Order: sequence, then C-alpha cells, then structure tokens
Amino acid sequence: MDITAWNWEVMTPEFIILGTATILSLIDLFMPDDRDRRFLGILGLLGVIAAGFYVIKFAGAEPVQIMNDMFRLDSFGTAFKLIFLTGVALLFILSIQYLNRQNQEVQYRGEFFYLVLTALLGMMIMASSADLITLFVGLEVLSVSSYILVGIRKKHLYSNESAFKYVVSGAIATAITLYGMSFIYGITGTTNLYDIAERLASAYQQGFSLMIYLGFFLMLVGLSFKIAVVPYHMWAPDVYQGAPTPVTAFLSVLSKAAGFAIIIRIFLSVFRSIVNYQSDAGSFYVLFQELNLYIAILAAASMIIGNTLALRQTNIKRLMAYSSIAQAGYILVPLVTFWGINFFSQTLFYLVAYLFMTLGAFAVIMVVTTDRGTEDIRSFAGLYHRSPFTAIAMTIFLLSLAGIPITAGFFGKFYIFMSSVLYENYWLAAVMMGTSIISYIYYFGIIRQMYMRPGDTEARLAVPLPAAFVIAVGVLGTVAVGLFPDLVLNYLNQNLQFTDMFARP
Amino acid sequence: MIEKLLTLILLSPLLGILVLAFTPRYRAGTVKLIGILATLIPLLLSFVMYVQFDLNAEGMQLVHRADWFQIPIQDSVVKIAYEVGVDGLSMPMVLLASVIATLGAVASIAIQKRWKEYFILYLIMEIGLLGVFMSLNLFMFFIFFELALIPMFFLIAIWGYLDREKAAMKFLIYNGVGSGILLITFVALFIKTGSLNMAEIMTRLSDPMSPFNLPDSPYLISEGLRTGLFLALLIAFGIKMPFVPLHTWMLKSYQESPIPMIMISSGVMIKMGAYGLIRLGVGFFPQQAVELAQWIGVLGLVSILYGAVLALVQKDLKMVLAYSSVSHMGIVLLGIASMNATGFQGAIFQMVSHGLVAALLIFMVGVIYERTKTTVISELGGLAKSAPFISGVLLTAALASLGLPGMSGFISEFQAFLGLFRAEPVLAAIGTLGIILTAVYMLRAVLATTFGPTPEKWQDVVDARPVEVIPMAVLLGFVILIGIYPAVLGDVVQGTLQNLVPRIGG
Repeated sequence: MDITAWNWEVMTPEFIILGTATILSLIDLFMPDDRDRRFLGILGLLGVIAAGFYVIKFAGAEPVQIMNDMFRLDSFGTAFKLIFLTGVALLFILSIQYLNRQNQEVQYRGEFFYLVLTALLGMMIMASSADLITLFVGLEVLSVSSYILVGIRKKHLYSNESAFKYVVSGAIATAITLYGMSFIYGITGTTNLYDIAERLASAYQQGFSLMIYLGFFLMLVGLSFKIAVVPYHMWAPDVYQGAPTPVTAFLSVLSKAAGFAIIIRIFLSVFRSIVNYQSDAGSFYVLFQELNLYIAILAAASMIIGNTLALRQTNIKRLMAYSSIAQAGYILVPLVTFWGINFFSQTLFYLVAYLFMTLGAFAVIMVVTTDRGTEDIRSFAGLYHRSPFTAIAMTIFLLSLAGIPITAGFFGKFYIFMSSVLYENYWLAAVMMGTSIISYIYYFGIIRQMYMRPGDTEARLAVPLPAAFVIAVGVLGTVAVGLFPDLVLNYLNQNLQFTDMFARP
Repeated sequence: MIEKLLTLILLSPLLGILVLAFTPRYRAGTVKLIGILATLIPLLLSFVMYVQFDLNAEGMQLVHRADWFQIPIQDSVVKIAYEVGVDGLSMPMVLLASVIATLGAVASIAIQKRWKEYFILYLIMEIGLLGVFMSLNLFMFFIFFELALIPMFFLIAIWGYLDREKAAMKFLIYNGVGSGILLITFVALFIKTGSLNMAEIMTRLSDPMSPFNLPDSPYLISEGLRTGLFLALLIAFGIKMPFVPLHTWMLKSYQESPIPMIMISSGVMIKMGAYGLIRLGVGFFPQQAVELAQWIGVLGLVSILYGAVLALVQKDLKMVLAYSSVSHMGIVLLGIASMNATGFQGAIFQMVSHGLVAALLIFMVGVIYERTKTTVISELGGLAKSAPFISGVLLTAALASLGLPGMSGFISEFQAFLGLFRAEPVLAAIGTLGIILTAVYMLRAVLATTFGPTPEKWQDVVDARPVEVIPMAVLLGFVILIGIYPAVLGDVVQGTLQNLVPRIGG
C-alpha cells in the first residue's frame, strides 16, 4: 500500500484546521500570561477562512475516498463543512469581544480558540468519513473539546456543574453509541459503511434482524445526545445555562449540526441497503418502512417537550435550550421518511436558516446579558428603548425561530412541512404546526419584554462592533434567505450531488 | 405602467415607512401627517384601479407577474412566482382595505405615544391587508396573511388599553392556530395538485379529465380528502371571520385594542376570512361546499342569533359592536350557504357594507370615548344636546347597521336572505329574527347614548372637529352610495360571480 499515491489534497481543509489549532496552542503556550490573546482569534479566523476556501473549491467534485475509505470527500460532507466553517467563523468574531481582558470569568482565553478549532476538526471528520471508527473518533474529538469548553469558566459554579453533567451524560451516550455499533460490527465483521451496507442486507435475510434493530436503536439513542432530542435531551438546559454564552451558541448550532451529519451519514448509508424486492408494489426499503414511525415519535416528542417546557423558563439560555430541543425535532422530520425526496435540501436549508437565526439570537443574548449581569428574561425589558436596532434584530430572529414569514425559518419550516405532508404523515405535520403555535407564546414573551416592559435603565446599550457584525450578518442571512430561498436551494442543487453519498468510487 | 399598478399599490406604503424612518421620533405632528399622507397614495392608486377595471373582462385583471423562486419537488421544479391581480371579488376588497386604512390613519391622531413606531407598523400591516386580496397564489396569500397579523399584535399590545398584552396574545394565538391550519391545507393542496397558483389549482380540481379527478388515476384526490380540506379551510377562515364558537379572541381585542385597530380589524381583517372562504373554500371545493351548505347556514344562523342576543345585554358600547360584528358576519355565511348568485352577491355586499359600517360605528365610539373617557352605556346619555352632530352620525350609522333601506346594509341583507329563501327557506325564516334583534340592540344602545336628559358632566362635550368629520363623511358617503346605487358595486361583482356560480350548480 502506497500512502503517497493517495490524493491527500482532498484533506486540505482538515489539515489547515489541524495546523491552525496546533500553531495557536503553541503560541498560547509560549506567550507570557499577561498578554492579550485576542489576536489568536483572528489567526484562527484566518485559518477557518482558508479552510472554507478549499471546501468551496472542492465542492461538486466526484466523491474521493482515501485511507481505505477512512476519509471521504463528497457533496454531503462539503455542505455540512460549509455550515460548520461559517458558524465557527461567526463564533470567533463574536468571542473575540467576549474574551476580553476585563472579563474575569474566562481567564484561559487562548484555550477557547484552539479548542473550538479541534472541535471543528472533529465535526469535519464526522461529516466526511465512510468508516465507523473514524466517525467515532471525530465524534470524540468534538465531545472532549466541548466538555472543556463548557467548563472554561474555571471559577464559576454553574460552569463547573454543567461541565460535569455534560461529561457524565456524554460518556454514557458514547457508551450507548459504541454498544450499538458493536452489534452492527458483530453481524458484518467490518467497520466500513459500504461493506456494512452490503453485508447487512444478507444478514437481515438470514434472520439477524433483532441484532440490526438493537444496533439501530442503540445508535439512535446514543447519537440523539449530540442533537439534544428526546430521549437524550435532559442535559441541554443545565449545560446551556452553565456554559459561557459563545459556547452555548456553539453547542446549540454547530455541535448539533455535526450530530445531524453523523446520524444521517450512518443511517442513510447503512440501513438503506435492506431492500425487499419480493414485494408486489416494487422494491421498498424494509427497515425504513418499519422504523420511520419511531423516528417520527422522537421528533414529535422533542417538539412537544421542547416547546412546552420552554414556556415556563425564566432564564434566557435555558429557554433557548428547550427551544433548540424543539428545533432539532423539526429538523428530524425529513429524516422520518429517510432519504425522501428533497431530503438533503430540506435538512440543509433548515440548518442554514437555523445557523443564522440562532447565532444572531445568541449574539444579542450575549450583549444584553453581559450588560445587565443577569440571564433572566427580564434583562431584555425595555431593550427597544435602549437600542432599537438590536431589539428589531432580535425580533427578526425570534420571528424566524417561531416560523413566521418572511424569514428563513418560515421557509425552512414550510419546506420540511411539505415532506411530512407529501408522505401523508399528517399527524406529524399537525404536531409540528401545533407546537409551533405554542412556541409563539415564549418567543413573543421575549418580544413583549423588549417592547412593552419598562427596563431598569434607559441608558443606551453599547453594542460592541464584533457582536454588531454578527447580528447584522444574522439579520441579513435570515431575511435574505427567507425572501429568496433560491439563494441556498440553487447552490445546494446545482453544485452538489447528494445522492453520490451512496456511490462508492 | 398600468400592468404594474397593483404592485405599486402594494408597495406604496413602503414609501411612507422609508420617510418615517428618517423622521425624528419626537415630532408627533409631522409623524402623524406623514403617516396619513402615506396611506393616501395606495388609496388614490386604488381609485385608479377601480377606473381601470374592465367590467366585461373575465378572470383576473391588471395581472403582474415576476419570477420569484423555485422549489425542486419530486422530479419537477415548481416555480413560485410573484403574481398579483384582481377580479370582481377582490377588487372591492382592495378598495375597501385602502379606504379603511386611510380613515384608520386619520383616527390614529388620537394615539398618545410612540407615533413613529405606530405608523411604521401600521403601514407594514397595510401592505399585508392589501396583499392578501391581490395574491394569485397560495404562498403569497399566506405570507400577506401573516404580514397583517404580526404588526397587529404589536399595535394592540403596545397601544391598547389596560389589559392589552393579554388581548394581543389571545389575538396572536387564535389567529396563529388559524394560520397553522391554513398552512397545512395549502401544503396539502400543493402536494396533491403540484401547483400553488389559485387558478391552476381550481382548474386541476374541477376539470373532469384531469388526473386528479379520474377514478383510476394514482393522483386521484378522494372525496374524503376534499371534504377534509374544505373543512380545514372553513375552520381556518372561521377563526378569522369569526363565527361562533371561534369568536372569543375578537371580543377581547375589541375591548382592549386602540380604536383604529378595531376599525382595521372589523373593517378589513375579518373580511379576509370571508374572502378566503369564498375564493378558496368554495372556489376549490364547490361540490363539498354545496354538500355542506346546510351546515354552513346553521353556523351562520347560530352566529347571527348568538351575536344579536348577547349584543342585547351588553353594558359597554364597544361590546355591543363586537357582538354585532359576530352577528353581521353570520349574514355573510348565510349568503354563502345559499349557494346561488343572489346569495353570493349578498355575502360580498355584506362584507363591504359591514366593513364600512363597522368602521364608522367604532370610529364614533372612539370619538365619544375621547370626550367622555368611557364607553359604558349607562354612564353615557343625552349627548344629542351637547354634541348633536356626533349623535346624528352615530344614529345614522346604527340605522345603516340594522339595514335601513337606502343604505348599504339593506341591499346586502336583502340579497343574502333572498338567496337563502330560495335554497333554505327554514333557515332564512329563523335568520330574519336576527335582523329584528339587530334593530332592537342597535337602537337600545345608541338611543341610550344620545337621548335622554344630559347629565351635568356631559353638558359641554365638544362636537365633532373637522378632522373627525372627514372619516364620518367618507364612510357615510360610501354607505349611502352603495345603498341608493348598488350597481356601483354590483356590476363589478357580477362578472366574477357568473364564473363562480355555475360551478356550484346554483
């Protein structure tokens, strides 16, 4: 085996991120403690942009696999990597402000940047590998980085509590995932997704269906931790509350998107292969037909639990945690039909919309809560009088999260909604609609604070430039993508061939 | 130029928003003036639209189309276009919306705070109101439907009376549920017929040779599904209209909303429900509508009687009007239930007529409230001496509301009941009871306000100011115009009804 013959070039983005993370950690190590470390963020940002450049350059190319399928570059991975890189770039801009010298809470500022980068590396691996082992390693790189990130406020009680909770529940989730994978490996004797797919079909015919179901459910439960949906969502409120706000934003947007990447990658490539050709109505996907009900139940439960529990929250970050559980439920809806028509563009469109609106909302939350020194929803009171543009921006994000036209969130929801109606999953559509309306109550609760309640102070709210930039990008993205969904849809459909995920080069 | 007329009407409030954005917030007078002037542009353009409207043409007129975006679905790509147009059904509604919007803006002079935000939201809402009636596809219809809803939430919640936030939340949730059901229906229609364009869906659903109607076709849309979709539309628009028992949000918002918002709400917004029911409900599913006509009639009847009886015992002038609106929208339902041309014409007349009359009545209540700071009937009284003009107009408006001949209410009620007597004589006979009750509760409320001895405190109530006379005069003018020369509206509606009615076999 000649490793020089492999096309290493396709891994350029990953190498750039790895290199940047290494350089940042070395600089951080050798730099005197009292120096300002904000330039590390700028360096990291440059690395992210460079990686993004290469991802775009490789977009739409024929799928390439190297290292015995350990690494795989295809359209699916490219799309997710673009989401990750955009998110991390915005996050860096946001945190450069947050991690300033005056902020006594976060003393280990350098770590923040390179840990986000290593997490990013894990996420990118999760999106582009065709091997269970590599996917798992990516998952762990992300998890371990984010455990530390959550606890980065070393002397903060909640931060420590949430980091501990996150590690413990994360470890259990990992164990469950691995247990599930071991069943699949046990039946097929391989960790390569394409080999598994081939062998799983015959294993199923030979009566090993119980093992397959076990593997499926265990992996589903374990991986649902990352996307924070039922049944593994209970960690989210505590961890979101305790983590520093930029890290909360990271968990709620990026870590979640990576979770979807790995779930879709494994389930679609592995379980799709079990086809029943004997049926009269043509071939159909046996397992998908049988199991989609369970995913639908998980999605519905997430929407119901997330949206109803959010009603009673008074801490804005806890509220966003429950909201994000519900949002993940919406994103699961297309998966119910497995790779239904438009599956990829529905999921990715919603993730793009979710990225803009949630990051924007967290930027506002960060500015407001830092200013008021409390995370209570009442810290938003009178925001409109203190900074009209911030309030209007937040209104747009909240309307988008609630799914009201003419925002990206509306079209995303509309598009997802279509898939459930298309497959005559009316009850799921009804749950989605009903819980969306329930969500009006708490999203509009924040709006009521901003416009209709007098705040403690009328002083103008100073919005730092980096945060203002992220808010502006969020508004622009939310409104532009909402008004012209073509911007995203065309890019996805013209440059990327998602079905190449199933083709082995 | 003329083909872009509707787009111009639709977007012209944006001009006002833009100017307002650069107006200093503390200059109340300037802000109000700009707000009112901004609503005049769509109003003037709407009159141009009325003049340009061709009475003999079939189908949509003044259509303006542009590509918007496309959704890939299944193997094809569905184009969603920006498309606006009007026909005999929607043209009067656009006109009504722009008239009420201008008068509502004039009534907004009484607004006490945060004028700049008020008028910006007001103008955004106007875009929504106008857009709903102009939309030619379901996607746009829905977007404008919501675009009217959200600013209304803010307008009630910030500028309303004491319990405003609760009223606004109730308004939002009820209408949100309605919109949700509407969206499910629209998506289902889109998935089933593969189109979002209203005219296309109508043809695909009705053409006997289309694959959606052939019994063995895989694309067949079953009777059951059609009935389900029709019922969903009935409920969604029923919340908006609103009919009993979906009306409770309106009572609360009547109580707590600022006066201009009630004008808009009862003058235009609840007409969106009736309009949707006729255009989409009956238009898409004529057969189901005919089958369920009796039940629609019963719903209408319940609304009429329930609204009238409760209006009889209300102590607050505003609540009398709220229940009277429920009652009057019941007449629209009765007109639809008759499923014949006369009945439909009555329903459309009633939509326009009630829009004008309700806006006028609530405006009068606002004028009185501004002077007396109360709308409780027992505390008012004897206003005829101190404010004869106001009292006179109020009485005239009440007469219009109870359907006095020579005013628009008479024409619409007459036609609606005429249509219904042909189809469902029993329902119609009971329904006329509602008309009698209307006379009783309207006169009871209005006479108690204006006649009788004038209490000490109302001795020097100021009579109407010129700026208040304008809305009164304009609204009354329209009411009387339609009353004595119904053709001004009838001719417009006629052409469109000739297309609609044969499909329901009436």
